[in-house]
Amino acid sequence: MYVYDQFDQAMVDARVAEFRDQVRRRLEGHLSEDQFKPLRLMNGLYLQLHAYMLRVAIPYGTLNSAQMRMLGQIAAKYDRGYGHFTTRQNIQYNWIRLEDAGDILADLASVGMHAIQTSGNCIRNTTSDQWAGAAADEVADPRPYAELIRQWSTFHPEFCALPRKFKMAVIAAEADRAAMRLHDIGIRLVKNAAGELGAQFYVGGGMGRTPMIAPPIRDWVPIDQFITYCEACLRVYNRHGRRDNKYKARIKILVHELGAAEYTRQVEEEFAHLLSQGIEPPAAELARIAAQFTDPPFETGLPDSMDLADPAFARWVRVNVSGHKAPGYAVVTVSLKPAGGIPGDASAAQIELLADLARDHGFDELRVTHTQNVVLPHVRKADLYAIWQRLEATGMGSANIDRIGDIIACPGLDYCSLANARSIPVAQAISARMAAREDEIGELKLKISGCINACGHHHAGHIGILGVDRKGVENYQLLLGGSEGADCSLGTITGPGFDEEGIVGAVETATEVYLARREAGERFLDTYRRIGMAPFKEALYG
Amino acid sequence: MKLLTGNDLKSGAVIWWDGTGWSLHVEQAADVGGEGDVIAAREGAARRVVAAYVVEAEGTPQGPRPLHIKERIRAIGPTVRPDLALRPADPALGEWVI
Repeated sequence: MYVYDQFDQAMVDARVAEFRDQVRRRLEGHLSEDQFKPLRLMNGLYLQLHAYMLRVAIPYGTLNSAQMRMLGQIAAKYDRGYGHFTTRQNIQYNWIRLEDAGDILADLASVGMHAIQTSGNCIRNTTSDQWAGAAADEVADPRPYAELIRQWSTFHPEFCALPRKFKMAVIAAEADRAAMRLHDIGIRLVKNAAGELGAQFYVGGGMGRTPMIAPPIRDWVPIDQFITYCEACLRVYNRHGRRDNKYKARIKILVHELGAAEYTRQVEEEFAHLLSQGIEPPAAELARIAAQFTDPPFETGLPDSMDLADPAFARWVRVNVSGHKAPGYAVVTVSLKPAGGIPGDASAAQIELLADLARDHGFDELRVTHTQNVVLPHVRKADLYAIWQRLEATGMGSANIDRIGDIIACPGLDYCSLANARSIPVAQAISARMAAREDEIGELKLKISGCINACGHHHAGHIGILGVDRKGVENYQLLLGGSEGADCSLGTITGPGFDEEGIVGAVETATEVYLARREAGERFLDTYRRIGMAPFKEALYG
Repeated sequence: MKLLTGNDLKSGAVIWWDGTGWSLHVEQAADVGGEGDVIAAREGAARRVVAAYVVEAEGTPQGPRPLHIKERIRAIGPTVRPDLALRPADPALGEWVI
């Protein structure tokens, strides 16, 4: 994986020193809050419901054991013993003291991490497939390209004051494990008939109050021009995106209002101009980056067979363990969703254990997923039982990936100053009630947001829940039929909302309809798409 | 009644104007009437509070109770982590918030 060179480290160290000085000036009264606020936001430091919140970037969700260990140590030393993994593959700390911010950033910098561009109207952390480099179905490892985007977009002077925040995702497989088409720019790496690598561009997707699936705007950009094409997409947006209304400022609105064809025409015009400017990073730089994403030294001749005599272990293997491109190896997804637990939260001890597992069994690599779980991407199958036992002993052994208990939930009104309703208690109640039925129900992706900003991806849930404020009382809308995958779709609201207890029952009712009507091999989503909304509405509202 | 609340500059902790200074405890909050903005401006300039604003509340025998659930959660802590609440041993907290 990528290791900072002297330039990366110098930039991050300089930013730490700069922010430390800005904090000092704020505390001494030389900066007002109005002056300081944009500076702290540039460093990921928000003021949330209870305290300062620090959002730390985990580029494309990839980190090594030293970085993961540092995340645990920060939770223990500066926070209240835990962190929250987010739907953008980042981590947030909820109880940060302003006085500690400089020290925290310095600790992060010591392991090649930072909080730069985790807030504000700039290009945020680029996300990717959590199985990158391990999946058998990818045409290339997407991470070198995501890293190139990180380097291009970090402190990019032209794109540090966009009309609105900007999110990008890069994948390299037909299967979409990163909600790629729900990003401002989604890139899928593909190969042509000649075996050359290129990039498909999807632009103008997103969730929030106006959810949209990004339309494809170009089927093929040669890989040695893809940063130039990104720049063209951003330039057209920066030029014409609305700055008069923040609710209409995202690129999805521009693409929608211009029409994909006209937006694409303008991008192509800009692209042609930019090609003449020679802005693409040198091939040698991409090669330097790519050289750091080579396969780990996989052993050969390892067996694929495992002793599955322990039924609990066998179930965990069936649900949480996925195929790997190398024989004898597997991808492990560690669930941070115990039944009745808080989705995405991990204690300092749990975070450090994950670091230990990566060091001991996983070639020192970890990934954070947009579903708020953690992946060990390269694990010998022979080590799975030992790993599972250690996870079980620390509350991370839940076998529920992509099941109804594997709920995405934003922090909601328990932590977030933008939220209208609590998300976490609803997730806890649903996962607790439905835990015993997960095998019976099978794949069912449930996502909960506490406000219309949709950080909990409710539009893309097979079942989605949106918390709203109805005259000071929490109310929950139910959506059905969303998907974040290659079969991307947006959920539809069933009808009137429910109170906190009612929404849990409504979810159970929807699953009962599915179980009663499903045909062989159908997931919840398949049944919904086949039978439509009417049977669900009938069961929910009579 | 109207309460003035904000966050402590250094710690970020939720604080409430008690008439003479800032308290972590909402039950000690004072009714600021129409003076909230003036106090907020003065205290903000003195770096004793950040992002101060006025909220509506009702008087109860236990002290002021903000009318909106968001402010009640701010006053106590996340409902999902009662161990982190200002009064973690108080069994009545949940009812007070919700």
